[in-house]
Amino acid sequence: MKILVLISQVPDTTARIAFANNNTQYDANGVTFIVNPYDEWYALVRALELKEAKGSGSVTTITVGGADTEATIRKALAIGADEAVRVDAAASDAYQVAAEVAAYAKDKGFDLVLAGKETIDFNGGQVGAMVAELLELPYVPLASKLEVNGTTATVERDVPGGVEVLELQLPCVIGAAKGMAEQRIPNMRGIMAARTKPLQVVPATNPAPVSATVLFELPPAKGAVKMIPAEEAGKLIELLHTEAKVI
Amino acid sequence: MSTIVFIDTRGEKLPKAAQEAVTYASQLAGGPVTAVTFGDAQGLEALGAQGAGKVIVARGVKAVDGQQLTKLVCDVAAAENATTIVCVADATGKAVAPRVAARLKAGHVAGAIGLPEGDRFKRNVFSGKARAFVEVKSPVKVVSLSPNSIAIGQGGGSATVQDFAGDLGPARVTVKEVRKAGSGIPLPEAELVVSAGRGMKGPEHWAPVEELATLLGAATACSRPVADMHWRPHHEHVGQTGVAIRPNLYIAIGISGAIQHLAGVNQSKVICVINKDPEAPFFKAADYGIVGDAFEVLPKLIEAAKKLNAER
Repeated sequence: MKILVLISQVPDTTARIAFANNNTQYDANGVTFIVNPYDEWYALVRALELKEAKGSGSVTTITVGGADTEATIRKALAIGADEAVRVDAAASDAYQVAAEVAAYAKDKGFDLVLAGKETIDFNGGQVGAMVAELLELPYVPLASKLEVNGTTATVERDVPGGVEVLELQLPCVIGAAKGMAEQRIPNMRGIMAARTKPLQVVPATNPAPVSATVLFELPPAKGAVKMIPAEEAGKLIELLHTEAKVI
Repeated sequence: MSTIVFIDTRGEKLPKAAQEAVTYASQLAGGPVTAVTFGDAQGLEALGAQGAGKVIVARGVKAVDGQQLTKLVCDVAAAENATTIVCVADATGKAVAPRVAARLKAGHVAGAIGLPEGDRFKRNVFSGKARAFVEVKSPVKVVSLSPNSIAIGQGGGSATVQDFAGDLGPARVTVKEVRKAGSGIPLPEAELVVSAGRGMKGPEHWAPVEELATLLGAATACSRPVADMHWRPHHEHVGQTGVAIRPNLYIAIGISGAIQHLAGVNQSKVICVINKDPEAPFFKAADYGIVGDAFEVLPKLIEAAKKLNAER
């Protein structure tokens, strides 16, 4: 089974969020970048588990970005991916990313394409679905479980009030959410091996962007918290009714 | 030039998210819009109240099959000469909206949180820690609306409902099973949420949390450790890796407020935090706070909620 995993680089979950150039750009000054957690913990690790269970196949990662993403890509290789591809492009919207991934993947015969459910910076959750559309493959977002039996994929996903079990045929694209796998910490052997694993840089096809993020703002500062003594806890319900007017 | 809106209307009554999306689409268009849906739903005429002039239903589609639904939306968009396609940023919309956008080479606003300011749509980024303004560059735009972003329109009128007659190709995704876990209020669209964490000390202590939620008409939620320890089902987990919610009221009991939890709830309009540790980081994000033991505070809240319900 040939598996492609979409890997994105994002600011660390605890990174300070600030903007530069009159709030038109994310201020990456002093920020540590990591593999997007949904891509790493769930999509990549599940891909490795499926390959290991089968005893054959390959796991390729693909990242759309500049040379500054290579340290992050090596982390994915250290966790266990066999090879990595970097499409050398500075994409500015999800469509560009998806079009670059689809252009690379279209004639490579991947059986399964896995993406995280969203990136933790732009939170769009678009790229997996767009890649599926451009490759004319079925896609299921927000999958918390994935089993592959022959050419049939069985996917579970949490829906409001329960769990939905879906079945579809390979090749397909799956958006990975929490539950699909457990995080793997790379060991020293993996880190050493990652240094010599193939990281292929392919040129961009440069499709035009169809949207632009033009401005950022930070949410308004929260007012001071109003403390209520525990003995008078019932007063909270009263305040929610008369003051906050939410109940 | 027209506006269409794709909604999921499965379920016993018209979902709140669907009514919000139709309202939003008709506000964007400044007039009636065409709604597109699928499945067995009855009573779709009622969407006229939110501004739907016409509802087109693909009765044969039962599951969220992204390819069939994308073809449905694109076919209706072509027939209606649509330049704006509204969807919902939920589990159904995420399987369809980006596909529609990619097929039409249209810009997609993923998770708009209100009407645009000029050409700029506002959305949450960095897990709610910032907002971004997005402009669409293409002639056709796709806008997915975040649940709980606008008030549902309450106009008069009745929509005409017609079946979709075209061919959507074979289903490629089939539903094998749906496992229900209770009949509570769906978390993503709940306006009031009562949530509890490790401070409850064990699953056997959840009765007062559920009682308070029932009295307030709220949904129940939980923190990640609680879901991971199987004290509560996973679909109740709110936070960065669980469900992100934007209710009017979020009451957090025995949850310390780790940054990953805050990422899923920081868009709540009013946040109440009950924790016995006065240093719990959650108090910094709260509007109301009580430092106290959950097992002493909860009975007082339940008593007050009963009193309030008796008065109104």
